[in-house]
Amino acid sequence: MEALLATAIGVLTACGVFLILRARTFPVLLGLTLLSYAVNLFLFASGRLRLDAPPLIGAAASPTDPLPQALVLTAIVIGFGMTAYLAMLALRALAESGGDHVDAAEEP
Amino acid sequence: MELPINSSLLLAAIPATAFGACLLPLLLQRFGRAVTGLAATTVMASCLALLLPLTPAALAGQTELLHLAWLPTYGLDLNLRLDGLGLLFCLLILGIGLLVVLYAAWYLPSSDPLGRFYSILLLFMAAMLGVVLSENLLLLLVFWELTSLSSFLLVAYNSEKYESRIGARMALAVTGGGGLALLAGILLLGHIVGSYDLSAILAAGERVRTHRLYAPALMLILLGAFSKSAQFPFHFWLPNAMTAPTPVSAYLHSATMVKAGVFLLARLYPVLGSSDLWFWLVGGSGAITLVYGATIALFRHDIKGLLAYSTISHLGLITLLFGLDTPLSVIAGLFHIINHAIFKASLFMAAGVVDHECGTRDMRRVNGMFRYMPITATLAIIAAGSMAGVPLLNGFLSKEMFFAEAVSYPQFAAIGWALPLFATIAGMLAVAYSSRFVHDVFFNGEPIDLPRQPHEPPRWMRAPIELLVLLCLLVGILPAWTVGRLLEAAAGAALQGPLPDFHLALWHGFNQPLLMSLLALTSGVLIYALRRPLFAWQDQLPPMHPRTAFERFYRTLTKGARRMIALLDNGSLQRYCALLVGFVVLLGGWAFFSASGRSEARLPGVAADEAAVGALLVLLLGTLGATALYRNRLLALILVSVVGLAVTLTFIRLSAPDLALTQLAVEMGTIVLMLLVLYYLPARNTPASSARRLIRDLLLALLAGGGLALTTLQMLAAPSATISEFYLQQSLPGGGGANVVNVILVDFRGFDTLGEITVLAMVALASHALLDRLILHPPQRDADGRAWASEAHPLFLSMLMRPLLPLALTVSVYVFLRGHNAPGGGFVAGLITSVALVLQYLANGIAYAQPRMPRHAVRLLALGLCLTAGIGLASWPFGRPFLTSAHGHVHLPLIGDVELASAMVFDLGVYVVVVTVVVSVLAGLGQLSLRLDAPHEEA
Repeated sequence: MEALLATAIGVLTACGVFLILRARTFPVLLGLTLLSYAVNLFLFASGRLRLDAPPLIGAAASPTDPLPQALVLTAIVIGFGMTAYLAMLALRALAESGGDHVDAAEEP
Repeated sequence: MELPINSSLLLAAIPATAFGACLLPLLLQRFGRAVTGLAATTVMASCLALLLPLTPAALAGQTELLHLAWLPTYGLDLNLRLDGLGLLFCLLILGIGLLVVLYAAWYLPSSDPLGRFYSILLLFMAAMLGVVLSENLLLLLVFWELTSLSSFLLVAYNSEKYESRIGARMALAVTGGGGLALLAGILLLGHIVGSYDLSAILAAGERVRTHRLYAPALMLILLGAFSKSAQFPFHFWLPNAMTAPTPVSAYLHSATMVKAGVFLLARLYPVLGSSDLWFWLVGGSGAITLVYGATIALFRHDIKGLLAYSTISHLGLITLLFGLDTPLSVIAGLFHIINHAIFKASLFMAAGVVDHECGTRDMRRVNGMFRYMPITATLAIIAAGSMAGVPLLNGFLSKEMFFAEAVSYPQFAAIGWALPLFATIAGMLAVAYSSRFVHDVFFNGEPIDLPRQPHEPPRWMRAPIELLVLLCLLVGILPAWTVGRLLEAAAGAALQGPLPDFHLALWHGFNQPLLMSLLALTSGVLIYALRRPLFAWQDQLPPMHPRTAFERFYRTLTKGARRMIALLDNGSLQRYCALLVGFVVLLGGWAFFSASGRSEARLPGVAADEAAVGALLVLLLGTLGATALYRNRLLALILVSVVGLAVTLTFIRLSAPDLALTQLAVEMGTIVLMLLVLYYLPARNTPASSARRLIRDLLLALLAGGGLALTTLQMLAAPSATISEFYLQQSLPGGGGANVVNVILVDFRGFDTLGEITVLAMVALASHALLDRLILHPPQRDADGRAWASEAHPLFLSMLMRPLLPLALTVSVYVFLRGHNAPGGGFVAGLITSVALVLQYLANGIAYAQPRMPRHAVRLLALGLCLTAGIGLASWPFGRPFLTSAHGHVHLPLIGDVELASAMVFDLGVYVVVVTVVVSVLAGLGQLSLRLDAPHEEA
């Protein structure tokens, strides 16, 4: 399971980074989303992987680490906020510059 | 006897008064020059008055200490110290300061309101007092840098002149750079001793000198001291700083700031001195500076230039005396500090008078001034005599002590004649340039082509010079009676040990030093007599322009910096991201490969089943597909949402129900958001990236991905050390909830959550700013040329969604209420509600949904934040810290036993903020199309 998760995180990161380095705003947004998944999973994994041990008192004999989950929960919501902000920025840039290049400039 | 508390208070009051009152002249400027000058005088005089009660103890060899904690963890405290050395410098700073204040009032043009000048001068004085009164070396450095800054302002006082600005900049660059070296040196010294307090450092001399870091610490500290005291090869800033108004030169460049460097030598002498390295570095630098400065001084045609190089030479002499490293030479150095300050300040003031009266300082034109200003001329001649070392004047005494030290110096027995010869040559040169100053300016025929008709200066402009020259005579004739005790006290502080047997007297008998003095006097005059061939010889030498060289260096440096910035900061987001990722990869790789203990770690075995492998496959397919097909935007978006679902499933499988719920709800919001963006973005095909860029990006991506994967494996293999035991144990008794994640969010770490929802609220506010008056033209056709569907809101969807809304709201209330004990809570409930509301927009259109929505997003945001912060504040009246929660059980009919916690109000605030943010952002984006003309809306 650990190896699978590490693979997933690695692939998500690689694809996220690749998309972030594109010149158009939309791939950058997608890349950021993928990178958020990767980072959230990574933070989550710092609490170690446990099956059937939700951090609810009484639900499991030894619940998993709740702290990374709390951190990731807010990270997910903040990540949405950031994506939304960037999306609006992209639209504003589109209106101001007439294009969707990340530097508001056309590539030669 | 005075109470100790009183004297500590007095000690603290000196710099406090100086700093506190330094703006007084500027504030009183509008009442006229007289009031402004009086204010500056009063501040200086008050500092002097505060110092006087402390003087007897300091003269008796006692050290007054004051400890005030500032940043004790960093070793930086407001610790002050007054001993003999500090007293000597305080008297110089305040005494000459008072005279300079008086002098400047007459020197500066009457159009200058003086407020700015005096305020900077007082700031400088305060910083200088801080330097000499600091007990803590870091504090000393703070004041040290303040003197550099305030002297920059003073040198550039006539800021409309290019020369002034350049001179000030050079002075700041050199002394500021030296300050950096000094900081490093002080840090090393503090590291060796374990304290930055002088009391501890002065007692640790032996430990410091045998430490392996002694040499670098010494060199760095000397760099600071030498650059401040204009020692070769850092001397060049001082002549260029002569563009300062003459009162500034008299104060900073003769008596105080340039003495800060030698003060530091004296201060740290007990710790750093007494080693061969000290002897060669300090003595060598001092000796070179002494002769070099004296030689150049002879050839300067500008009066202030001559005085500046003479100052460099005399500072070299003082440095050399400290470098000779015997108790008597240190005493001679301290004595020369006093003497040089007195005669050089008066000479600068006299030069200012000549400049003021003649309009020029060129000695080739200013001649025969004796006839026009006999009194000033007499005063200047006496002071110049002191500079040359003529008997009966104070300069003679310290020069004699120097000669005596040179004769009796114990080292180099084989070449015992070298040091005396060297000293005599330096003395000859001093006589020569002093003769030139006296003869060229005051005699030597008639003035040539002066801009003004010279005459005696105003009475009060001359008064400071008169007083200083009187001191020259008094100290020169009655040294023991005038400065004996002060010098003993200062020497006691500088040596930190028993004083050698010495007595200040005019007549020591007919001995070798006297012979050397006579030789220097006669041959000095002879050198001056030979000046014409010397000047002719100097004229054909290649010209030296330290200023242009420095300027060139400075320009090259700034050009290099600009090029660097252009390389890193070229306005391309792609480059920034690539640099950022590359740097993180480098940093992570370095940390990864330099970490130890990797081999022992073993992966725990959570068995992977078919479902996990399947989920991974789906995730990989979605991720890679979206990346490969990112040009096909809609498809890529759908694939990314598949990835999101796979992540959600991962959370469910790995015991994180709250995360799964949140991720699922956020996923819906993200997709709607992305679709909206996609709707507006131009659909045209974009040019492909170049192969080079593709390779670079792929490489970065692979490195980043591989690195994070390896790091994850490494992390999972490492033994888990968690701080969560506390949360698990206290969740039920302390927070009143069984869902530990939710209790952490709203209770244990509520303050974090408060910060996070504030960030979210900012996003909503930013959406207002970004979308304000934004006009976008939605496309009429898609990328394949097909027209957009005219049926805006499918009836089926619209009919289905309306009854779904109450259902969804009920679910979110349920999820909210149970959140404290089961998966759910404010975040999840807020997201569910917002998705339900956004679906109304989608299904029925903005025209339908907008009027039915809660308005005033800003007020709702404020409400949510107030709820969270307010419930946190509510714990204060109960005497509990911010965000302490309370909880209890309430039995409600039908629903049963409900646990009510104050944290629920907090969660409600979170809920309100989340709903407002998501709805206002998405609705705001959706509304953009409404702003267009009717035909567009119809489409």
